[in-house]
Amino acid sequence: MCGIIGVIDRTKARMDGSSIKRALSLMNERGSGEGAGYVAYGIYPDYPDCYAIHVFFDNLIEPKSKVDEVLQKWGRIVHQEEIPTYEQPGLKKEHVPWRYFYKPYTDFIVGSNNPAEDIVKHLVMAVNSTIPGALIFSSGINLGVFKAAGWPEDVADFYRIEDYKGYIWLAHNRYPTNTPGWWGGAHPFNLLDWAVVHNGEITSYGTNKRYVESNGYKCTMSTDTEVVAYLFDLLGRRHGLPSEMVVEALAPHFWDEIDRMPEKEQKLQRTLRLTYGPALMNGPFAIVVATSKGIVGFTDRIKLRPLVVGENGSRLYISSEEAAIRVMDPEVNTIYMPRAGEPVVGRVVQ
Amino acid sequence: METMTIDAKGMHYTPLNRMIREAVASGVKDIVIDNVLGQRFIANGLRGDVRITINGVPGGDLGMFMSGPECIVRGDCEHAPGNTMDNGTIVIHGSAGDAVAHSMRGGRVFVRGNIGYRGGIHMKEYSQKRPVLVIGGTSHAFLGEYMAGGIILVLGIGHETTLEDRGIGSGIHGGEIIIRGDVEDRLLGVGARKVRFTDEDLKRLSPLIKEFCERIEVDPVPFMDTNYTRIVPASSRPFAGKYTWE
Repeated sequence: MCGIIGVIDRTKARMDGSSIKRALSLMNERGSGEGAGYVAYGIYPDYPDCYAIHVFFDNLIEPKSKVDEVLQKWGRIVHQEEIPTYEQPGLKKEHVPWRYFYKPYTDFIVGSNNPAEDIVKHLVMAVNSTIPGALIFSSGINLGVFKAAGWPEDVADFYRIEDYKGYIWLAHNRYPTNTPGWWGGAHPFNLLDWAVVHNGEITSYGTNKRYVESNGYKCTMSTDTEVVAYLFDLLGRRHGLPSEMVVEALAPHFWDEIDRMPEKEQKLQRTLRLTYGPALMNGPFAIVVATSKGIVGFTDRIKLRPLVVGENGSRLYISSEEAAIRVMDPEVNTIYMPRAGEPVVGRVVQ
Repeated sequence: METMTIDAKGMHYTPLNRMIREAVASGVKDIVIDNVLGQRFIANGLRGDVRITINGVPGGDLGMFMSGPECIVRGDCEHAPGNTMDNGTIVIHGSAGDAVAHSMRGGRVFVRGNIGYRGGIHMKEYSQKRPVLVIGGTSHAFLGEYMAGGIILVLGIGHETTLEDRGIGSGIHGGEIIIRGDVEDRLLGVGARKVRFTDEDLKRLSPLIKEFCERIEVDPVPFMDTNYTRIVPASSRPFAGKYTWE
C-alpha cells in the first residue's frame, strides 16, 4: 500500500509545493515513514536548456570527484551546488543531495536522433552502476525530484518544497513491502523527462527488467517502479508512442475485449500486445507518469489499487484518495473514478 | 434527544473516534460531525443506538465492525464503507470507492450514487443475519466478487444500462445480486448465473426498494416492476476443481 497524488495546471500556471505536501500527509496511513518524495516540473526557469542532474552522494570526496570527472568528459557543468536541506528531527540525513545544471556535448556520439538525451541516459546508467556512493535520481530539464526515507511532511520540510514552484507535481508516500526502504527506493523515479509514482507491485518485474536491460537500461535501485520509468522512456521517447498507446502496451485490453473491437482497432491492439509482450505489466498497480507536456494516470486491468480523478478548470488531479484532492483544492468540482486500465491524460495547452 | 456537534477540521481520526465513543457512552443519540475530510475508521466497532451525520468525505473503512448505529454521509466515501459491518445502517448521499460493504455480515449500506470496483466482495450471511447493499447509480467491475451471502441491489438511476463492467458475481457461492434491467451474459463472472426475476422476488424485495428510495428521496413507484435481472451462484463451490483434485 502506498499513497500517490499528481496535479497538472494545463495553462502552466505554477503552484508551490505546500498544498501537495498537505495532500500527501493526509494519506500518511498509506505509508510507513520509510520513503516519501515529490517531483515538480517548471522549477528551474533560470536553466531552461540544462539537464538538472540530482545526485545522492554518500560523501563529497571519492564519489563526487568521479561523477564530476565523467560529467566533464561528456559535457559542461553550467552550475552546481548542494541542494538546500533543513534538518528535521524525524529524518536522518543519509546522503548529500547535490544538483548539477548540465549541457552534454552533442557531437560526441553518432546514430542518435537525440544525442543530448542519449548521453544523459548513458551517464545516469553509468554513474548508478559503476560509481559506488553516487546515485543520480533526477535527470530532466527544468524539473527536479526531491525524496528521502521519511514521512511526507518531514521530507517536504527537509527540502522546503514550498520554495519550489511547478506546473506539474507528483508525490508519493511509500509503504515498502518487497524491498527495503531507502533514499534511492523512494518515489518518484525519474529518467530524463519521465517521472513515475506508483502504488502496488509489478509482479512481472523480472520479465520487464530483462526487456529494458536488453535495450540498454540498468536497474540499480532495488525496487520494481524503476522499470516503469525505463519502459516509458523506451516506448514513449525512443519508440515515439503517444502516452495513451504506451499505457495500452503496458496494461493492454483483455483478449475478449479486443475480439469485440472494430477490425482496424483489433489489428492495432493485437500488434501492440504481440510487439510489447515483455513490456506488459502484471500485478496490482496504480501509476501516475509525468513529462513536461502532461501527466497520465492508470491502474492495472482488474483495478487492484485505487485511483480517483478530480478537475477544476485548468487543473487535473489524480490521486489514491478523494480527500487528498479536496485538501489540495477545496473548490474541485468534478470527481470520478476512471475504469481499470483506462488512461487519464492531462496535457499542457500551449 | 441530546445532539452533539463536532468540528473535525484538521482532526486525526483517533481523537475523533474517542469523542464519538465518549458521547455515545454518555447517552448522546445524535452526533453531527462537520468538516470531515479523509478521517478513516469513523464509528469503527461502535455499538449502540445513535445517529451520526457526517458532513464531508470520510476516509476509508467507515463503520467497520460497527454494530447498531446509523451513519449518514452528506458527501462521498473512500474505500470500504461498511467493512465487516455487523448491524446498523450507512447511508451515503454521494458515491463511494472500491470494496464497499467488504465482508459485510449484517445491516444495510445504501449508496445514492455510484460505487467503485468489488462492491460487496465476500458479503456473507448466517441465520437471521443478512446484509444488504443498495446502489442507486452504477457499479464498476467485480460486483459481489466471492459473495457468500446477503443481497446486492443496483438501480442504475441516471444510467441507460445499469451495469457495463465485467465480472459480476465472480466466484459467487451464496446470496443474490439484483440488477435493474438486463445484464449482458458476457459481464457475468465465473460461477454466476442469471435467473428470471419473478413476482415473488418483487414482493420480497419491494420493502427494501421502497426504503432505499425514501432514504434518497426518489419516487419508488417506477421501480416496482419485474424489470430486474437476478444473479445467483451456479454452485456452492465454484472453484472446487481449481486448486485441488477430487
